[in-house]
Amino acid sequence: MKTNRNIILKNWPILIVIALLTLLPFKINNYWIDVFFFFGIYALLGLSLNIVLGEVGLFDLGHMGFMAIGAYTTAILNTAFGIPIIILLPVSAIAAGAFAWLVCSPIIHLRGDYLCIVTIGMGEIVRLTLINNPFGITGGPNGVFGIDFLSFGGPLVIDSSIESYFVIWIIVGLTILGLVNLQHSRIGRAWNCIREDEVAAESTGIDVRYYKLLAFVLGAGLAGVAGNIYASKLMIVSPESFSFMESCMLFCIVLIGGMGSIPGVLIGAAAISLFPEIFRTFAQYRMLIFGAVMVAMMIFRPGGIWPRKRGAVKFESLLIKAGEENG
Amino acid sequence: MRIFMEQMLNGLTIGSFYALIALGYSMVYGVMKLINFAHGDLFALGSYLGFTLLVWGNAYITSHVGLAGGMIAAILIAAIGIGIAGLIIERIAYRPIYSVGRLPAVVSALGVSIFLENIIMVIWGPRYQAYPASVVPTLRFEIGGIHVTLLQIIILILSFVLLAVLYYIIQKTTFGAAIRASALDRDTAALMGINIETIIFFIFALGPALGGTAGVMVGMYYRQISFTMGWNYGLKAFTATILGGIGNIPGAMLGGLLLGVFEMLGSAYISTAYKDVFVFLILILVLIFRPRGLLGEKVAEKV
Amino acid sequence: MAKDNNKMETIIRSEQEDKETDKINEVVLETDKLTKKFGGLIAVNNFDLKVSQGEISSLIGPNGAGKTTVFNVVTGIYKADGGKVLFKGEDLAGKKPHQIIKKGIARTFQNIRLFSNMTCLENVMAGQHCRSREGTWTSVLQTPGQRKEEAEIKKNAENRLRQVGLWKWRDELAKNIAYGNQRMLEIGRALASNPDLLILDEPSSGLNDKESEDLVEFLKEIVKENLTILLIEHDMNVVMGISDWVTVMDEGKKIAEGLPEDVYSNPQVIEAYLGKDEEEEE
Repeated sequence: MKTNRNIILKNWPILIVIALLTLLPFKINNYWIDVFFFFGIYALLGLSLNIVLGEVGLFDLGHMGFMAIGAYTTAILNTAFGIPIIILLPVSAIAAGAFAWLVCSPIIHLRGDYLCIVTIGMGEIVRLTLINNPFGITGGPNGVFGIDFLSFGGPLVIDSSIESYFVIWIIVGLTILGLVNLQHSRIGRAWNCIREDEVAAESTGIDVRYYKLLAFVLGAGLAGVAGNIYASKLMIVSPESFSFMESCMLFCIVLIGGMGSIPGVLIGAAAISLFPEIFRTFAQYRMLIFGAVMVAMMIFRPGGIWPRKRGAVKFESLLIKAGEENG
Repeated sequence: MRIFMEQMLNGLTIGSFYALIALGYSMVYGVMKLINFAHGDLFALGSYLGFTLLVWGNAYITSHVGLAGGMIAAILIAAIGIGIAGLIIERIAYRPIYSVGRLPAVVSALGVSIFLENIIMVIWGPRYQAYPASVVPTLRFEIGGIHVTLLQIIILILSFVLLAVLYYIIQKTTFGAAIRASALDRDTAALMGINIETIIFFIFALGPALGGTAGVMVGMYYRQISFTMGWNYGLKAFTATILGGIGNIPGAMLGGLLLGVFEMLGSAYISTAYKDVFVFLILILVLIFRPRGLLGEKVAEKV
Repeated sequence: MAKDNNKMETIIRSEQEDKETDKINEVVLETDKLTKKFGGLIAVNNFDLKVSQGEISSLIGPNGAGKTTVFNVVTGIYKADGGKVLFKGEDLAGKKPHQIIKKGIARTFQNIRLFSNMTCLENVMAGQHCRSREGTWTSVLQTPGQRKEEAEIKKNAENRLRQVGLWKWRDELAKNIAYGNQRMLEIGRALASNPDLLILDEPSSGLNDKESEDLVEFLKEIVKENLTILLIEHDMNVVMGISDWVTVMDEGKKIAEGLPEDVYSNPQVIEAYLGKDEEEEE
């Protein structure tokens, strides 16, 4: 009992954030609730990529491909067979995870830069295949529409902005819990060792191939979940939502936030989703600024905005040390 | 048979574009171990520079140097302009990051790429732009029963001349040997007295210059250009680089030509819609089964 | 009754002593005509090595002799092109490094390969990876079983850190500690897997005289833990100081082996180390 109280007291900033997030949607209009919904989606995607890129250090620039698999699995099975979205949530996760396992097994041994290129290729192959409407099931460039709302049976149908908001953020919350647990386990440790030095990791008893694949499969599964929620919220999915540029955005979320750092990923996701809103008036220039910011960040703060802290973890110290975690 | 040969010719034409762009990737990766994601966008920028000269500066150019002169001017301006752009980018966005690590370099390169792509969009608009039809007279010839246009001949000759000159420099001169040495082991090359600054200057000026030239040629060949062409061509040219063996300059040339031919044959005999998928599959298969590419060297890690 | 128990104890104890005497002669690691080529270069050429239980065995030879390559083949980083590696009688062919450490061989590297951005404690905890089992789902949920195992891993790692004298650096990032401490940390990480055979690649490289002495004392201590040690060394003081047996390699082949003092005065060995200079002078 004492330990629990200590934990709550030590982590008061997190509790404040949770309280804010819970009260927020009641204070803002629907437009902004939707913006925060997408913040949640990006957060989930960022966390999923963080497993692969942040924890293990694998350059994955095709991650949206996994989300696409999840989204389209939901879309097709729902519109063609009427299967409820809630059931399709784990199905989509499994589909995306299985896809990752299949596709990554032959290439998992590739060195950093080469793996990067292959993931770009994979992502593009997924997108191009979806556009080409194989067997007539993906709807081509227009995609699939008419997807149902998420429903828990009976009156609890998620058909409003505020309900979608809570669904995604609850999922994000659970994901964060699970990922923090993983970080403090031998699994997370194994991942980080691989990132630091693959040869040493293998020689220290870590089956590098297995853990890399595990990271990809888990990351893909979470991306698949994001795809499912995204599909049911938008009621339509199309290939252009899963472009290479989006994969780049995810990449940046993890990197700019701080590799392997969960708070960093959230900040990165906030930046990506809220940034365009702030710059709405300068719509044309915002990507320009974004590109320039990326370069500047790498020059001045390559460790990310909120680098992962190891050893004695203190939340009180918001002193941000430069370059603690570098690539 | 005739169709096959014509497709081969088309393939070689496209292949020469890929080859010219691929050289830029290969040289930079070989020496600096950096995937210059911005390179594709430099190619696109070159294309737009040529466009600006030929369309917006049309009256001025044709009245002064005529059509042929216009084409030459466009190529020169693109080559020089993009060469300078390459050097600027290296100085601003890459040089400060070499010592930090591979990952920040990748992000920085991506940032530059996004920046360039959007600068193009801001300046020239998000819609397609088109090169004038009249840059090169549309003459068709028949050689050995195969139809070929004057434009194709010009492009092929120009490309092969450029590739041949570069091949000569890289393989047959001392300076070329210095570049190859730097690509194999930059630190030792520096210790052996090779001026890495000069090498860096060369690769970051010449690579983009060739890319810019390719940009103008692509503009003349396909006429339609858009601000996203940097990525489309860039990724394929990078596939060519891998195919030939990254860091290997003749490999980049070979890879580019082969890729162009594969793409054309694939699109003609298998399916046009999936031709890009086809290209990426080649990329992945090469990386799985022969990651060092066709001409690359096997590099073992010292433990 | 008590007297009988004492008698039983004496019998059991003497049986154990007999077993241990047998063990001292038991061969722990053996390579049989081991060969490794890199293209045209034969790095290891029909190399025979025997390491017996409980001894400290040294592998020495001029630079480029192929010593680290032997280690790399034994620990599964390279595949042998010919010959065999037998560990406790078992053929290690085709096994990957993470499987080999599980069998009981742990190693350190010539160039120190630590997990730089992780703490010293985490580095040593990593060493226990092959001795722990909890999987992904129990870790995500932090089941009681997983938490218990994790606590045990932490406790064992802390003990190892104390053993190698790095307790005060436990929360420091591995890249931030002194060089000599980094070497000890790597040894600590290797020991964390409770190996039967500890393979050290130039452990005293870069250490000053005092640190080398401490290392020698440390190795003498830990070998009592039912451990066998095989090391590559250049520092002759270390080699002479602790080796029970020395094997000499040159250009991939074994050129001599025996007790340290015998090897030290072996003319072939001297020639291997110094002879090359004479040839160059000609």
